[in-house]
Amino acid sequence: MIKMKNHQKENINPESTGLLVDLEEDRSIRARLYYIWRLLWRDKAGLIGLIVFLIIIIAAISAPLLAPHDPLQQNLIASRQPPFWAEGGSFEHLLGTDNLGRDILSRIIYGARVSIMVGFLGVSIAFSLGMVIGLIAGYKGGRIENVIMTLSNMVLSLPYLVFVVFVAAILGRSLLNVILIFGFTNIPIFVRVTRGEVLRLREEGYIEAAMSIGQKTPAIIFKHIMPNLLGPLITLATFEMSAMIFYEAGLGFLGLSVPPTIPSWGNMLAEGRQYLTYFPWMSIYPGLAIVLTGFGINLFGDWLRDVLDPRMRRMKK
Amino acid sequence: MVSRHASPSEIAALRQELGFDRPILVQFWDYLTNALQGDFGHSFRYRQPAMNLVMERIPATIELASVALFMAILMGVTIGILGGSNPNSILDSLARGIGLLGQTIPTFWLGLILIIIFSVNLGWFPTYGRSTFELFGLNIPDKSIVLPAFALSLFTTGQLARFTRSAVLEVMNEEYVTTARSKGLRKIRIYSRYILKNSAIPLISIIGVQFSYLLSGSIYIETIFSWPGLGNLLAEAVSTRDFFLVQATAFFTSFVVIGLQLVTDLIYMLVDPRIRYR
Repeated sequence: MIKMKNHQKENINPESTGLLVDLEEDRSIRARLYYIWRLLWRDKAGLIGLIVFLIIIIAAISAPLLAPHDPLQQNLIASRQPPFWAEGGSFEHLLGTDNLGRDILSRIIYGARVSIMVGFLGVSIAFSLGMVIGLIAGYKGGRIENVIMTLSNMVLSLPYLVFVVFVAAILGRSLLNVILIFGFTNIPIFVRVTRGEVLRLREEGYIEAAMSIGQKTPAIIFKHIMPNLLGPLITLATFEMSAMIFYEAGLGFLGLSVPPTIPSWGNMLAEGRQYLTYFPWMSIYPGLAIVLTGFGINLFGDWLRDVLDPRMRRMKK
Repeated sequence: MVSRHASPSEIAALRQELGFDRPILVQFWDYLTNALQGDFGHSFRYRQPAMNLVMERIPATIELASVALFMAILMGVTIGILGGSNPNSILDSLARGIGLLGQTIPTFWLGLILIIIFSVNLGWFPTYGRSTFELFGLNIPDKSIVLPAFALSLFTTGQLARFTRSAVLEVMNEEYVTTARSKGLRKIRIYSRYILKNSAIPLISIIGVQFSYLLSGSIYIETIFSWPGLGNLLAEAVSTRDFFLVQATAFFTSFVVIGLQLVTDLIYMLVDPRIRYR
C-alpha cells in the first residue's frame, strides 16, 4: 500500500511532467510577483483596473490625510460653490461645495470609506460562510444538500434590489446593518458557485485517487478541494464587491443606507437630487466616483477571471 | 397618524384600531392567513387595501419596463451582432465598451445626468412625471417616457450586447456555419438561418432575467422621474414606513419575477427541443 502511494505520488508530480512552466519552476516570492506583474503588463486593461481600485482603497484608508477639508464642516457663506473651473468656483474647494457649504471633494474621499468597508466586509461574510455551506452541500450531498440548495435558490430567485430594500427598511439605517444585509444576502451565490465547483472537482482523477488511498475527508477538502475553489471564488468576490458598492450607493440614494451624518456616495446623490436643476455638481461627482470604482473593479475582475482560470491562461498565450 | 401631542389613551385607541395591541405571533398568523386570501392589509397612509394601491400602479411600471426592454433589445442585440460578427474590429470594441458602460454606470446616477443634460440644459424632455395623450381610448405616454426608459435600459443594453456578442462569436466558429459558408450560401442566409437563430437560444433566458432587473431598477428610475409606478410606490412606502404597503409591493414584484422565470424556462423548452423537463 505504501509502495503504491509513493508510486502514485511520483506519477502525478507536476515537475516531472514538464507541463507546468513559468511559476512552477521557481516558487520564491520574487518570482511569483514577477510572474503576476508580467500577466498584468500583458493585459493593460487589468493593470488600469488594479490601479484605479488601489487608488480608491488608498483614498479610503488615508482619507484624513488626503481630504483638504473636514467632510462634515458646514460653512454657509461658502455654500453652493461650483467646481474651480466654473465661474464662481475657487481652488479652496476643488469640486465645489454643497448646499450646506461642505467640501464635495472631501466628502467623496471620505465616502470611499463606506463603499470600501461595505464591499470588503460584506464580501468577507458572504465568501466565508458561503464557501463553508457550499462545501458541506457539495461534499455531503443527500438531504442536507437539498435543503441548502432549495433555500439558496429561493433567495436567488427573488428580485435582489426589492429584497434588499425590504430588509433595509425593516432594520433601519446603520453601517453595521448595511454590511450585514449585503454579507448575508450574498451567501447563496457563493454557496451555489462553491457547490458547483465541488461537484465538478469530485469527479476529478486526483480527488478520486486521494479518496481511494484512504485520505481523511478534512485532508481532501483542505489540500485538494479548497485550493482549486479559491480561483473561481476570488473572481466572484471581486464582481460581488463592485455589485455591493453599487447597491450600497443605491440604498443610500433611496435613503436606506448609512445615516445621513456619514458622508457616503449614495447619501450625497440623494442630497444632490433635490438641487439637481441649480447645483448639478452636487450629484455629478459622487456618481463619477461610483462609476470609476465599478470600472476599476470590473476591469481588474475580468483580468483575474482570465488569470485564475488556467484553461483561459493557456488559451491566451 | 396621530398628532405628536396625542395622549396615551389616543395612542392606545389607535393601536387597538390597527390591531397592534395583540401578541405579535397572532398578528403574524393573521397576516399570513389573510395574505393567502389576497388581503395584504391596509396602507396606513392611504387608508386603503395595500393590494389595490399596488394594482393601480402596475400599468405604469409595465409600460416603462417594456419600453426599456424594447430599447435594450434594439440597441443591445444590434450592437452585439455587429461586434460578434466582426471580432477585434472597431464595432467589436464598441460592443465591449457599451457592455462595460452598462455595468459600471449606476442606473440612479444615469437618470440624474440625463435630466441635467436633456431636460435642464437642452430642454428636450420634461424633468419628471408621466404625461399622456389619448389614442383610440388608450392613454399613451408621450415623450416623457423617453428619458426614464433609456436610463432604465442601459444596464440591460450592456448585458445584451455582451451576451449577443459572445453567443454570435461562438456560433460563428461552429462547424455547420463553416459548412454553410463552403456551400456558398449567401451571407444573409447564413446569418438568418444559422447564426442568429442559434445565438438566440441563450439570449431568451437572459431577456427573461433582464425583465426582472428592469422591474427592480424601476425603484430608482421611478423615484428620480416621479413615474407613478410600483417602484415609486415602494420607495414612497419605505420612506413613510408604511409596512403593509411595503410588504404588498415587495410580494407582488417577487411574485411577478418568479413567474417570469417559469415562463422563461417554458419558452426555452419550446425554442430548444433538446431541453425537456420531466
